[in-house]
Formats: sequence, structure tokens, C-alpha cells
Amino acid sequence: MRVVIAEDLALLRDGLIRILEAFGFEVVAAVDNGPSVLPALTAHRPDVAVVDVRLPPTFTDEGLQAAIRARTELPGLPVLVLSQHVEQLYARELLSDRLGGVGYLLKDRVSHVDQFVDAVRRVAAGGTVMDPEVVAQLLASRGAADPLGELTAREREVLGLMAEGRSNAAIAGRLFVTEKAVSKHINNIFSKLQLPPSTDDNRRVLAVLAYLDGDDTRRARA
Amino acid sequence: MEPVDGSVRGQLRQWVRPGAITVAQGLLIALLSLTTHVALFVLSVASLVLIPLLGVGFALFPLATALVRVAAGLHRRLAGWAGVELPSPYRPAPAGAGFGTWRRFRWVVADPATWRDLAWLLPGAVTGGVCLAAFALPLYGLEGVLGLPMVLHAFDVWYGYGPFWPVDNLIQAWLCFPLGALILAGGLAAGRWLVWLHVAFAGFFLPPTRAAELALRVRQLTVTRAETVDAQAAELRRIERDLHDGAQARLVALSMSIGLAEQLVQRDPETVRRLLAEARETSGQALAELRGLVRGIHPPVLAERGLDGAVRALALAVPLPVEVTVDLPGRPLAPVESAAYFAVAEGLANVTKHSGATRAWIRLRHADGRLTMEVGDDGRGGADPAAGTGLAGVGRRLAAFDGTMVVSSPPGGPTVISMELPCELSSPRISPSSGTG
Repeated sequence: MRVVIAEDLALLRDGLIRILEAFGFEVVAAVDNGPSVLPALTAHRPDVAVVDVRLPPTFTDEGLQAAIRARTELPGLPVLVLSQHVEQLYARELLSDRLGGVGYLLKDRVSHVDQFVDAVRRVAAGGTVMDPEVVAQLLASRGAADPLGELTAREREVLGLMAEGRSNAAIAGRLFVTEKAVSKHINNIFSKLQLPPSTDDNRRVLAVLAYLDGDDTRRARA
Repeated sequence: MEPVDGSVRGQLRQWVRPGAITVAQGLLIALLSLTTHVALFVLSVASLVLIPLLGVGFALFPLATALVRVAAGLHRRLAGWAGVELPSPYRPAPAGAGFGTWRRFRWVVADPATWRDLAWLLPGAVTGGVCLAAFALPLYGLEGVLGLPMVLHAFDVWYGYGPFWPVDNLIQAWLCFPLGALILAGGLAAGRWLVWLHVAFAGFFLPPTRAAELALRVRQLTVTRAETVDAQAAELRRIERDLHDGAQARLVALSMSIGLAEQLVQRDPETVRRLLAEARETSGQALAELRGLVRGIHPPVLAERGLDGAVRALALAVPLPVEVTVDLPGRPLAPVESAAYFAVAEGLANVTKHSGATRAWIRLRHADGRLTMEVGDDGRGGADPAAGTGLAGVGRRLAAFDGTMVVSSPPGGPTVISMELPCELSSPRISPSSGTG
């Protein structure tokens, strides 16, 4: 699988290259500044790009902007965005094209090498991966009068894992229950939140994230 | 500006209210000037004379000055009511300057405002006394308009009005109506002018001189600078402590785990695996702590997106709908931007913690060299910056930049926190911002 990496800190860039190459990825380009990201992506058309949010020369959100621009030029180009901090605002911007193939993770998560590599693979396959902290922020920003209050503790747990972009099998493994139990929870969640049921993993994630982001309710109440 | 109201009631209100205000101002100014000024002047001069004679003056003069200041203070308030702001010029009393002490006397004598007040008392009594006309003339006119001479004439009472002494026929009695109207209108016009004259004249004496103004400003800057330095020192101390007890300690633990793992790698691979897992756990915690710390020092989203994006990000994290309106053609300097961000953040935290609101709004605007910020909610109100440390801290933080904060929070709501920061904006922002909010 061919990867382009955009990370300005040499230490982290080398670390990422080492990890990904150890797991059989081919790093076709590794750039260290904002303006080179887009040319590298259009030239190499990788299977997945791993991009740091903050890059020189401005050290603002150049990486994120480049990733979003790359996806308008190459729709659906899988991009995994890494950052020292996560913002709901950025997650919303990344997800806004609803095409999937998007990941947004804290850099800390790279230390769980197997989970990180799995996330890269899921994004490359068109899946959506959200950092648990983004999901926690989304859940925290829901009001008291929210339908989420009707969910049981276990259902909230499942919802959180679903929002992170995990498959039924992964959720089952994580919670030590059967896949059948997981899908039952998911059915309950979808009916309580009045979301259209979906069997497609990625569309399901996007629906859940859109719900948590308040696309429907927040605007209506505002 | 009041909207123009065409109805009779509106017309009346438009004419009657300012008229009544002028009459009241004239009366109050005249009463105050005529009753107190001369007495206060005599008291002050007498106490000054008594200084070399009996020494009582040392105690008496500060006392007289205190009374003069009360009177001058009342005049300042009346002037404010008449639309002319006369700030108070007095130097703050030094510590331990009770009445009768030498320190008190020195403080009073050294303040030029004392002598300016004194110099103003007698001329002020004249300009103030003349304001009696602002009260008397309209009232006299009103007497004619309301037909009092007519009534008295009808009852055959000896009575004079205007040029008629006495009113001795019906024509003269009738003429009292237009005459009264004329006096009323003229009296109101003259009264307003007299009040203005008094206030403008007081403006030569009662407000601080340019030098005193600058001295006041220096004093205010000294106070805010001291507060800023204190706050910064406390902040650095907090960061140091957080780093020392948090991330630093965890990194020590981390290197210990790794060192131990290094020793055991041949003998006990199972323990090594556990140690490494522990090390990763610890590094994760250290990173989370550093992240929290960084957010408190300078939120990354502020560096990346400026005030606009950072405030939108704040609004997203709040469990109620927040309407964000931002009109900033550029970015303020980093320190101002940071102060503005934390002010809005504290205001919003106040909304979520205490208000019980169902919706809130944030408005940021830059006009006339001032950044104005407003955080409002439809909650239960009753927010008091004096009670909590959060909002008071915001006030101090803004004061360091000559900014201000006003909290309007009547019981039952709504709460509106209005903040202002004088600042210039740099070149227009370079990164596009999303329109969602």
C-alpha cells in the first residue's frame, strides 16, 4: 500500500516511516512543509495520506487545509490527519464532504502501533476513523434534553466506539460480547435516535457522527 | 436618539420631560449653591486662619474640605445629569490618614483639587444661584398658562401677573394665558442655557487638570501593571507546578520503566512486555496532561485559526446551541487575541455552569479601534462578577489592556457580558474560515 507522509518534525516523520514500512506500507513521499503536500499527493496519488495538521511555514493549520483541498481535487482520497490536539471544528470540516476515507487522530495514538496501523488501513479502505477524544467532545457537547439520555450506559459505549469508526467485530472484541449482541445494541441505538438503519459500515459511522455533531437537532433548535 | 412619536402623548412627552428635567436641575443646583457654598467657603477660610492662631485649623480644614468635596461631588453628579461628565480629581487618601492627623492635613493641602474647589465656591454660588431662574421662570409661566390670574381675578382677589399690577379687567386676565405661555417657553430656553452655563463654568474648576489626569492615569496603570505582573507570576508558578508534578514526574516514571525493561530483556520477557505497556500508558497520560496545559497557556486552535475559529470551536464544545457572530476584518496582536479568547471562554463557562440557559450567543466586532465582545444567554441571570473569581479575573485580565467588562444580569435574566478591548487589527486573515456555528 502506497503512503504519502506530511510531518515537519524529523523525529516523528522517521518514526512514522519506520512503523508503516515495518507493516508493509510503501512510503512513496515524505514532505515536511505545507506547500509541498498538495503536489506530492497529486503526483503520487497514494492509497492513503498521513498528514500533520500544523506545518511550516505558517505553523497554523496548513496540513489540514492541504488535506481538505486535496480531497476536493481528488474526491475520496483517503487522508488520515494527525495532530497534537483534536478539535470538533476540524473534525466537522474533514467530514463535511461525506465521502469517507477520512481519519482524525491524536498523535498519541501512534504509540498503539497495531491500532494505528489498523486505522491507516481502514482509512485507506474508505472507512472513517475518529479519535476517541473527538467522540468524547461530541458526546459532551450534547444538552441534557437530548435523546442520547435515553440510551443505556452500554448503548452509549457502543455508540462511542461506533463513532470512532470501529466495526461490529472490533466493538464486540473490545466489550467482550458477541457480535450479535453488538448488532442488537446498534439496532436499539438507531431506533432511539431515529436514524435510518444502515448496513454499510462507513455510512453508518457518518450518520452517527453527523447526528452527534448536531446536524439535525442543533440547527433546528438554534 | 428617541424615535419621533407623532401622537399627542408622544409630543407631550417630548416637550414635557426635558422641560421638567431642566426645572428640576435648576432648582437642585440653585438650592445646593445658595445654601452651602458661602457657608463652606467661610468655614474653609476660617479654619485656614485658625491654623497659625490656635492650631485647631489642622483638624478643622480637612473636615471643611471633606464637606466641600461632598458639595462638589453633588455638583459633578448634577453636571453628569445635564450631560457634561466632570470626573473626580482627588488623589486617593494615603493609609492611616484619619481625621485630625498630620498626614490627613498634608494630603488635603497637597492636592491642587482642594484649592480649585475652594476657588470655585463663590463664583459657583453665583452661577448656581442664577439657576434659580431656570426653576422660577417656567413655574411663573405655568401659573399664567394654567389660568391662576384668571381664577383669582374672577374671585376679585387683588393679584398681579406680569406687567399687570393688579389685574384689573377681563382682557388683562385673558392676556395672562399667552403671556404665561411666552414666559414658560422663554424660561425653559433660558433655564437650559443657565444650567449649561453653570455646568460649563464648573468645568473650569471641578474636573482634574491635565497634570492630575495624567497622574490618575499613571496611578491606574501602576495598579493594573502590578495586577498583571502578579497574575503572570501566579500563572507561571501554576504551570511550573503542573509540569513538575505531572508530565515531568511521568517522564521520570517512564524512563525508569524503560530502564528496568532494558535490564530484564534477556531474563524475563514477560515482565518486560508489562513494563513497556506501562510505559506507553504513562507516556499517554503525560501527553494528555501536556495537552491540557498547552490549551490553558495558548490554545492551539487560537494559533491556527485566530479568534474567529477559536471562538467557534469553543461554542461547539458547549452543550447548548450557541449563535456565533464574528465581524473581524483582521487579527489583533497575539496578547490581545489571547486575552479576548480567555474572556469569551470564561463568559461561556459561566453560561454552562450557572445560567441554566437554553441558548446563548457570542458576538465579536471590531469598530473604531475597539474590539467588542458580547456573551449572552437566556438563563436565570444573577451573575455577579464580585462573587465569583472567574469573571473578576476576566476584568483584571482585560484591564491590563485598558479593556473593560460590564455584566448585566438581572434576576430572571437574560445575562449579557459586554467586554471591550482597544486594539488595532493586523492584515486580513489568510486562512478561510467555515461558516458553520
